Amino acid sequence: MTVKYVLRAVALTIVGLFFLFPLFWVVLMSFMSNADILRNPPSPFFNPTLHNYIALVSGQLHTNVGTQTVNYMLNLFNSTVLSAFSVILSLILGVPAAYAFARYKFRLGEDMAFTLLSFRFAPPLLVLLPLLMIFQSIGLYDTYFGLVWVYQLITLPLVLWIVRGYFEDVSEDIELAYRLDGHSWLSTFFHISIPLAKPGIAAAALLSFIFAWNNFIFALILGSSGVQPVTVGAFAFVTASAIEYGQVAAALVFSIMPTLVLATFTQRYLVEGLSLGAIKG
Amino acid sequence: MSTSGVASMNAHPVVRRRHPFLGRALPYLLSMPALLTCVGILVPFGMAVWYSLERYNLAFPSTRGFIWFGNYISLFKDATFWNTVIVSMTYTVLTVGLELLLGLGIALLLWRRSLVTNVLSVALMLPLMVAPAIASMMWKLMTNANFGIFSYFVSLLGFHDFKWASAPQSAMFTVVMVDMWVYTPFITILLLAGLRGLPRQPFEAAELDGVPGSFVFFRIMLPMLLPYILTAGLFRMLDSIQQFDIIYSMTQGGPGDTLMDFQVQAYTQAFIFTNIGRASAILMVLWLITYVLSNVFVKNWLRLRERARGGV
Repeated sequence: MTVKYVLRAVALTIVGLFFLFPLFWVVLMSFMSNADILRNPPSPFFNPTLHNYIALVSGQLHTNVGTQTVNYMLNLFNSTVLSAFSVILSLILGVPAAYAFARYKFRLGEDMAFTLLSFRFAPPLLVLLPLLMIFQSIGLYDTYFGLVWVYQLITLPLVLWIVRGYFEDVSEDIELAYRLDGHSWLSTFFHISIPLAKPGIAAAALLSFIFAWNNFIFALILGSSGVQPVTVGAFAFVTASAIEYGQVAAALVFSIMPTLVLATFTQRYLVEGLSLGAIKG
Repeated sequence: MSTSGVASMNAHPVVRRRHPFLGRALPYLLSMPALLTCVGILVPFGMAVWYSLERYNLAFPSTRGFIWFGNYISLFKDATFWNTVIVSMTYTVLTVGLELLLGLGIALLLWRRSLVTNVLSVALMLPLMVAPAIASMMWKLMTNANFGIFSYFVSLLGFHDFKWASAPQSAMFTVVMVDMWVYTPFITILLLAGLRGLPRQPFEAAELDGVPGSFVFFRIMLPMLLPYILTAGLFRMLDSIQQFDIIYSMTQGGPGDTLMDFQVQAYTQAFIFTNIGRASAILMVLWLITYVLSNVFVKNWLRLRERARGGV
């Protein structure tokens, strides 16, 4: 029994190390000076410095070939704007539709639900190439509006399918009882249906925020540096040769912190949402 | 696609009496914005199909013209296309296979609730929340030849000068590793939810009867868990076959064309060689594969959902 216990403990430790060490080390690197990073052998003991973060926030990067201005804070702002507005738009478009799909069995509804779901699984580049041509000709290229619109490809199917499952669980009798009291359909929807499906809406909103935040390819193709989010901004950092590694690490930490913090506080909702409602009864 | 053509209009007496028209139009009104979005996606999709049948290179706009299946025929005759197919398949089989094995193993480790396993299952969510592109860049920093911590670790194991993603021999290994770091937790979370939802009786009965552990695992637990494993595997397969973020931000498809999978190759064709026709044809082939896979997945997923709803 004790052998089994030890083996289990060892296995759990290895699992924990594999999945957490990279995060831990990149955070450490972001507090290191260039000399500490290049030291061989690497050591977790060093004089922590906020230098990398200060350089990023001020936008003045000191490199070995002189000072370089970057606007990483703009990328951070872009990520926030794009993700937040995409989620809001998806909720406005998706929640009523999810309700319709759950309550009324109509042919068009099923077809729509499946079309949107199947595009969730289609290669994004397939629609991005024609969209690039369209956007360039109608002036939506490189705009927040255009990107938020395309981000619906990620967020809308999530909202539709997760929220639909929750609406299906809300008993229709409660709604009817409220309506027999003389309330209008609209009032029933806002006072009964939506509050009852709130956990689902929260899970869908959270998950779509995170997926929108983590998206890379949409803005890589449909925007230039003015509207690009942190994922694409960080990529420019990594491929630029002159930038110090500590600053790259700090940029990566900046880009993952918001989703990690969100996830830690809301993990119960996430587990439900992640399985697209598959497991939920 | 849906088999339930049963129009059970949910006889709403209240709705019908007050608004005969509104009652019937309501579902359509509510879903109108979503419908418009659907149409909005179908238009570029149709254009992509059209592009794939055209000779369309941005560098030579005057040569643009309809050529039927010319792009497809030249693709199928081209060795680089078959390389793309092989790279994508290898990546998919390796990531999905390894992640399923590892994910199931970890789920079994975390099955029994305790403080440690609860903390660890929350911690496992973290890699999943990191953008795959960013995860790739993190690993790129840590596998840097000069100062990367992982380069240092493998040098301790005797592999000096291990080149990770910059050598053709180890490039695939490196990106598969990143994929595993990001997505194994996804499989673990799904399977853990499945495991914790299993009925207890068969396991208790097996314990009472003194049935050996391997029998319990292969004959009782695995069959009951199979729908979850299938759903998780198919879901990951759909993502893996069209991987872009991890590979592109690690090596842009290199070194050479060792990591040129479908989407990275299509991106390269479209944005380096400005050959929109060819890129679209590659993407159409990929779309066909994902379309078949996604239909299998959706059927599977709906069945699982029904079962979960029915309360086993």
